[in-house]
Amino acid sequence: MSEELVEEKMMPATPAPVPARAPASRRWVSLVVTLISFVLAFVTGAIVMVVADPEVLGKFAYFFNAPGDALGASWDKISTAYSALLRGSVGSWLAITETTAQAAPLICAGLGVALAFRAGLFNIGAQGQAIWGAIFGAWIGFTIKGLPWFIHIPIALALAMVFGALWGAIAGFLKAKTGAHEVIVTIMLNYIALYMLQFLLTTPMLQQPGRSDPISSVVEFSATMPRLAGTRLTLGFFIALAAAVAVWWLLERTTLGFRIRAVGLNPHAAATAGMSVSRTTIVAMAIAGSLAGLAGAQAVLTPTLLTGFPTQLSLGIVGTVGFDAITVALLGRSRPLGVVLAGLLFGALKAGGLTMAAEAQTPSDLTNLIQALIVLFVAAPAFVLWLVPGLREKRPGADITAKAATA
Amino acid sequence: MKKSLLKLASVIGASALVLAGCAEAPNTTPGEPTAAVSPTDATSMAPSDSAAPAADFKACMVSDAGGFDDKSFNETAYAGLTRAKEELKVDTGQIESNAESDFAPNVQSMISADCDIVVTVGFALAAATEAAAKQNPDVKFAIVDNGSFPVSEGSTELVPNAKGLIFNTAESSFLGGYLAASMSQTGKVGTFGGAKYPTVTIFMDGFAQGVAHFNEVKGKSVQVIGWDAEKQDGQFVPGNDPFGNIDGGKNTANTLIAQGADIIFPVAGPAGLGGLQAAQASGGKVNAIWVDTDGCISAAEFCPSIVSSVYKGMDIAVFDAIKAAMDGDFTAEPYVGTLENGGTGLSEFHDFDGKVSAETKSELDKLKADIIAGTIKITSKAQPS
Repeated sequence: MSEELVEEKMMPATPAPVPARAPASRRWVSLVVTLISFVLAFVTGAIVMVVADPEVLGKFAYFFNAPGDALGASWDKISTAYSALLRGSVGSWLAITETTAQAAPLICAGLGVALAFRAGLFNIGAQGQAIWGAIFGAWIGFTIKGLPWFIHIPIALALAMVFGALWGAIAGFLKAKTGAHEVIVTIMLNYIALYMLQFLLTTPMLQQPGRSDPISSVVEFSATMPRLAGTRLTLGFFIALAAAVAVWWLLERTTLGFRIRAVGLNPHAAATAGMSVSRTTIVAMAIAGSLAGLAGAQAVLTPTLLTGFPTQLSLGIVGTVGFDAITVALLGRSRPLGVVLAGLLFGALKAGGLTMAAEAQTPSDLTNLIQALIVLFVAAPAFVLWLVPGLREKRPGADITAKAATA
Repeated sequence: MKKSLLKLASVIGASALVLAGCAEAPNTTPGEPTAAVSPTDATSMAPSDSAAPAADFKACMVSDAGGFDDKSFNETAYAGLTRAKEELKVDTGQIESNAESDFAPNVQSMISADCDIVVTVGFALAAATEAAAKQNPDVKFAIVDNGSFPVSEGSTELVPNAKGLIFNTAESSFLGGYLAASMSQTGKVGTFGGAKYPTVTIFMDGFAQGVAHFNEVKGKSVQVIGWDAEKQDGQFVPGNDPFGNIDGGKNTANTLIAQGADIIFPVAGPAGLGGLQAAQASGGKVNAIWVDTDGCISAAEFCPSIVSSVYKGMDIAVFDAIKAAMDGDFTAEPYVGTLENGGTGLSEFHDFDGKVSAETKSELDKLKADIIAGTIKITSKAQPS
């Protein structure tokens, strides 16, 4: 008990941001704040784009002599970049399916982080859990041969989820039984997972025969997610949506979900009510891990448009999905529907970001910058309200800032 | 609060305008770029101005992990694209890859961007490049560090729109190894790689063999640390992104230095810069031989620590491929850079010109001639056949 108390002091802002039902007005403000955050992020991104381009910036030096030059060049720069962003994310059927493909792993891992948030746990370990998911998803994918896809894929996903869950449960166990802080533990477990992958890629278990570099074989066609021909829409996206429904059902309609939420809101009250806080912690981390493991499996089983087979297991295979998942969960306010929407938004930014980099030659770091800005503004609603004063003055009396901060 | 924000904004805005807004508008004649930028300088900035390309031809490039500003592998290839932009006035496009999972989408994105030739940098992009070449017969492809692609397994016919650009850097690294051994005071030289790729170990093989040749000729016993050519295993930079891990490169180099090496041969792209940092920090006791491009130009701040560089003429090969595609005489015949055709070799000694003995210099010239003539055989398994 004492350990938990200590911890409470260390981290006063426990996650699980939303109380069960927010009043309509507060939700309205929250929605407006989110939308304004997007606008502000894109505006800031535009400014960075102009400032980062010496050629455009140079035109500002003679702004008064020929203002059209500077403004025209800035407008060209910004509109080319953002129209490429739109085209690459929603501009065509192919672009939309690319968005769904990018969103699928983000949604899965985001759900894992969100679920842990709801249990009052900061799961920074989605990265490591996803790596284990990728390792075993790929391993099942290329070692077992001759199965039909509807058996092969479920086995690969199941094993990926089991190992993701184990990795999550380790953190949950250490937290529950020893009080070790889950942030530290999950971060360290991320490193262990990464170096295990690095090691295993040099062993015959994973390394492609005949290659001396750390890369695995190509997964069997039967383990490759079926896709709509010529697009990036795969089964994986529907699995991600199903996972969101399952998490919603778990949290809102089951006793386990009730326990998770109760422990997240107030572990002491939950313990007093007779719930086992430690068991709930372990179970919540295991489920969170399995969802992140699913994200890892998506990364190794989703075919690319060009080659038709998935990226081979290699060091950077899961990218930064585990960390993006944290922002997705934050933006989605730890609710399954929110996570799906946030995942789609970030998927769109990733898909469009590639087009922006390829066709408008904008540095790809800029899309990451915009993502970070969106999250920054969303996470600091008081700042947004300060920037847009009208929002405050229209609703006099109410302490909206404080309420929006919790929303 | 509202007022404070407005005030802040107006102060910033006004001062910016006062400070910056009154300059003279330049008398621009469109088309001619005002200053010619040398290829190595231009590589760090991504946004490319489409300064009225004379030719309706777009050349594009997809990087390997590490990015176009890695002072080494990608940057050298990128210099070829920059040169094509300046000399041939082609439109260009480029995109950087950070991981295996970026390769296929990035190659795809360059095709979508209407490129006429797509140069992919690194054998890791082979699968994506081959698939792209087969699906897009109208687009030309060139891939650095990989052979041309047979139409089918075992066939001698090549995919007609894809050209391999390969380099026998074992030959030039042999010279590098010989030079390193002749310069070593401690009798130990060290090397490390970014990852165990054949295109990395070929350097290390050649280097080790060059040292062995020095020992044989001179009756010395200079040791190579960090690469065992027999076992084909050695020291590599750790981490998720080993080629980008400069600190990891520095640690690896320091490990070699702690074991007594006083000449370091980092084959690790940007991570190798960590090796140069380690050499620089030694205050002259430890020096390095750089790879891929002349380090005294690409990483000039480290020039006092760079004995020489084993260059790999990717810029020339890339430029030639782009030019051929533009002129319509593109073939799928692979380009092989050797000591003989100048596609690879030793760079100038720069600051070390006075420190490398005339004897060593003439021996290196002799070795070069012997390798070209075939009297010295290099046995690296990673060599292009």
